[in-house]
Amino acid sequence: MTDREQFKVFQAPFYQPQRNEVALYEAAYAARLPVMVKGPTGCGKSRFIEYMAWKLGKPLITVACNEDMTASDLVGRYLLEANGTRWLDGPLTTAARIGAICYLDEIVEARQDTTVVIHPLTDHRRTLPLDKKGELIHAHADFQLVISYNPGYQSLMKDLKQSTKQRFAAFEFDYPDAALETTILVSESGIDATTAAQLVSIGAVARRLRGHGLDEGISTRLLVYAATLIKGGVTPHDACRMALVRPITDDRDIRDTLDHAIDATFA
Amino acid sequence: MPSPESPDAAWPERLAAYRAQLDCRFPQVGEVFEACLIDALRVLSPAGVSAYIDCGRFLGRMGRGVEPLLAFLEEWPSTAGILGEDALPAINHTLQVIWKSPNGKAITPFLQTLAAVARRLPSREQMQHYLDLTLKLMERTSGSIHGIHKSFASPGLPDFLEQAPTLLNRLAIGGLQNWVDYGIRNYGNHPERQRAYFSLQSADSRAVFQRERHGTLLVDHERLLDLYLRGLWGDSAQLVPYASSTDPAGHSAQADASTPLLPYYDASGIRLPDVLDDALGVSGIDRYRASLAHIAGHRRWSTPLFADNFSPMQRMAIEIFEDSRIETLILRHYPALRHIFLALHPTPAEGACNPATHSCLRHRLAMLSRALLDPAHGYQDAALREFVERFVQTMASGEASSEAVATLALAYVARTRRQSDQLANVHFADTVIAYRDDNRHLWRFHELSDDEEMFDLRPTAAAAEVDRLPPRHYPEWDYQSQSYRPDWVSLYESLHPSGEAALIDRLLDKHAALARRLKRLLDLLRPQDRVRVRYQEDGSELDLDIAIRSLIDFKSGATPDPRINMSHRTNGRNLAVLLLLDLSESLGDKVRVGNGEQTVLELSQEAVSLLAWAIEQLGDPLAIAGFHSDTRHDVRYLHLKGFSEGWGDPVKRRLAAMQAGYSTRMGAAMRHAAHYLAAQPAAKKLMLILTDGQPSDVDVQDERLLIEDARKSVGELEQQGIFTYCISLDRKADEYVHDIFGGRYAVIDNIERLPERLPELFMALTR
Repeated sequence: MTDREQFKVFQAPFYQPQRNEVALYEAAYAARLPVMVKGPTGCGKSRFIEYMAWKLGKPLITVACNEDMTASDLVGRYLLEANGTRWLDGPLTTAARIGAICYLDEIVEARQDTTVVIHPLTDHRRTLPLDKKGELIHAHADFQLVISYNPGYQSLMKDLKQSTKQRFAAFEFDYPDAALETTILVSESGIDATTAAQLVSIGAVARRLRGHGLDEGISTRLLVYAATLIKGGVTPHDACRMALVRPITDDRDIRDTLDHAIDATFA
Repeated sequence: MPSPESPDAAWPERLAAYRAQLDCRFPQVGEVFEACLIDALRVLSPAGVSAYIDCGRFLGRMGRGVEPLLAFLEEWPSTAGILGEDALPAINHTLQVIWKSPNGKAITPFLQTLAAVARRLPSREQMQHYLDLTLKLMERTSGSIHGIHKSFASPGLPDFLEQAPTLLNRLAIGGLQNWVDYGIRNYGNHPERQRAYFSLQSADSRAVFQRERHGTLLVDHERLLDLYLRGLWGDSAQLVPYASSTDPAGHSAQADASTPLLPYYDASGIRLPDVLDDALGVSGIDRYRASLAHIAGHRRWSTPLFADNFSPMQRMAIEIFEDSRIETLILRHYPALRHIFLALHPTPAEGACNPATHSCLRHRLAMLSRALLDPAHGYQDAALREFVERFVQTMASGEASSEAVATLALAYVARTRRQSDQLANVHFADTVIAYRDDNRHLWRFHELSDDEEMFDLRPTAAAAEVDRLPPRHYPEWDYQSQSYRPDWVSLYESLHPSGEAALIDRLLDKHAALARRLKRLLDLLRPQDRVRVRYQEDGSELDLDIAIRSLIDFKSGATPDPRINMSHRTNGRNLAVLLLLDLSESLGDKVRVGNGEQTVLELSQEAVSLLAWAIEQLGDPLAIAGFHSDTRHDVRYLHLKGFSEGWGDPVKRRLAAMQAGYSTRMGAAMRHAAHYLAAQPAAKKLMLILTDGQPSDVDVQDERLLIEDARKSVGELEQQGIFTYCISLDRKADEYVHDIFGGRYAVIDNIERLPERLPELFMALTR
């Protein structure tokens, strides 16, 4: 049996609730409903799940999905050994066995045929058939499946099937409002509230340009980076250019506009 | 009249001596000579005056009447004041050259505009550049009959010289050079059009003029400013340029000029000047940003007031206070904008306006405005300081409101009113704040006035029905100047007329054997969706056969093969094709095929039908279009098959009706085709061009021009990720087709084999 303890979250992650999502998640977990979290990059989806795992005291297994990922990467596969083959559980199987929260991050990046394997775990059956091994796993009572996805940047090709979508209770996340985001910056990086508010206003500039050359605005995560740099002694002008502008765009007009916003904000 | 430097009695004698040196008997000269001479004596050395008179004598005697002499006598002293008197030999040389040519008529305008030009080109190098340019223009546009002597005057030269000051107002000398070069190149042999060009009458003259202007053009930075407005201010108003005839650049320069047109906004959007130069240490783009910030502030925080309750002076004061309120709020959001505002805001000097003779209200308000923006204003006026303090208090509580500052403004006007404020003589210096808008949005009227701006919009008559879509304009590359001719080609698109589908079916039947052979090839190309990839070290599944073999190897002591996994991948073709057909006149040529004759057109129809059928089999999206042109004003782009259309009867009917005619302006057609192809979501985009000759058109004499343009458009397409490939039916194509398409072309010498070769080429390209 896999060591359950290693997947536990021991240190309380910093999480600033935006609304009543913590209580809602607890209710969903009590009923073991599968959960989907939606929202733009860097708005705190993964942090929320980590926080909830800590709060509930359950192990958390995170899988970052990518387009090369196959069903056997999730479920498990046979490996070759000196005396024959040996079955190795994949992360999903492990989570179902030990009763962990299995978090599939950016699920749409995985190929569509891959996502189908989670279906039996997400309805009343709560089972995972391992057809290659000839085993049917009944999920542990603590097991819960969580997926995240970012509706912002997907192409037509990358969308969840209706049959997958309709198995989840969903949380929609967005960037926190200005006051809340300022609080987050202050507690994450330790900078003063004035600078934090200025950073948040630059973030708002970029978010207003979404759809006009920017696919996504400046995420809270990037704002935290900038704040951390400023705290470390970098000038606000340089820190913002480095952490906020250069990563998100190669478009000259947008870069100039954001640079101007930085120069206009920090006297 | 005594001369300023020689108030002595010898003046009449000296005057007479100079008059004798000038040696001319035109009566008109006598009237102005003395005044001109006094001007000249003021700025010129004695030797300079002598040279001035000598040059005048030459002009008087060259047989062009009195006008050149008068122009010179009047203009030179002020010109010499700018350039220095030793610039005369260069001018004199230019005059001599013009005089010896048939362009004597141009001497007068040349001299008349000399001083105005000199003011724009104050350095000697720039002036020399201008003189060289003038001579070059004359040289290149003077006509000759027998090729030896220039015998016709340049038609455009006098017009050019008359326009020179206007042009130089807006163009740097380099831009002027480009503008002149363009005119020479395109209208060198066409007197009327040349005149229209050089007098700034024709459309493309103005277009090139616009393009060459110095400064920051709104059209070039529209997106940047749009992003600025949207990003920093969350406002998405339309930006509309207006022509700024006099650039409201520096407020100091505006003292005597009439008030420049200020930015403003109304229902149709935010109006900004079409071009702004860098001024007062602020770049053009930052000047635009300052205006936009100010206007966006008004849009966010200002509420309209009823104008009827206030006198014009009260309104002016309210506007100033309101502007200052807006800027205070702006600076709370973006504090570092202050240095831009400070640089652009005039600094009226305290006491610059004399209240005894002038109306000083404007001046007082401008000072107040400065003081409200600039904490380090240093003004001493007690009322001003008090109201700055009261303004700060009003704003301390929050955003205040338009009404609140209006009350403050009225109090200020009442406190500082003077009798002289009613004087007609208004002190304007340093009071125009050019980046701010004119505040027309701030006023509402109880009674609609009969101002000119208040007229009702007359309903426009319904536009006449047009039988085709409006044209799309495309630029054309001019290789000689290495620049695009803006909006040069008008392209009309339409659906190709239809004929009889049976014709195409007959053609396909004729090639049934070929089709069968192609089908076998096509089956090989057809995508197999899921492909197993074996022999992988990492893969999704264990490949048991290989795994067992490896295990056996391992157990028997041999080195096992570690590549025991397999994975899958999808093997889809992701390709969009656009076939562009040259439908020019030469397509009608006949070629010998076997025993009989066939036109190239018929062979093309066969080939295109087979290709379309083949691509349909493969399932790749395909569009077919044809083009021909009749001068740059009429390039036609005909749709034969759209990407979403199947290979059915409507398409066949259009193909059957294909006809040859007109010329081949390839570049514009390719650019237009590219915009359809670029919109396709496919990963690979292929444009096939089937042509039978080199690009040419009836209005182009220079063979290279359209070839270079086509080559340029191939480069543009490449940047859009479109792969171009040319299939040429012209045996002599090697001479130019390589220039256009690089290595990406095939010449089909044996035209009768076209139907067979075209699908084969396509398959080879996309395998």
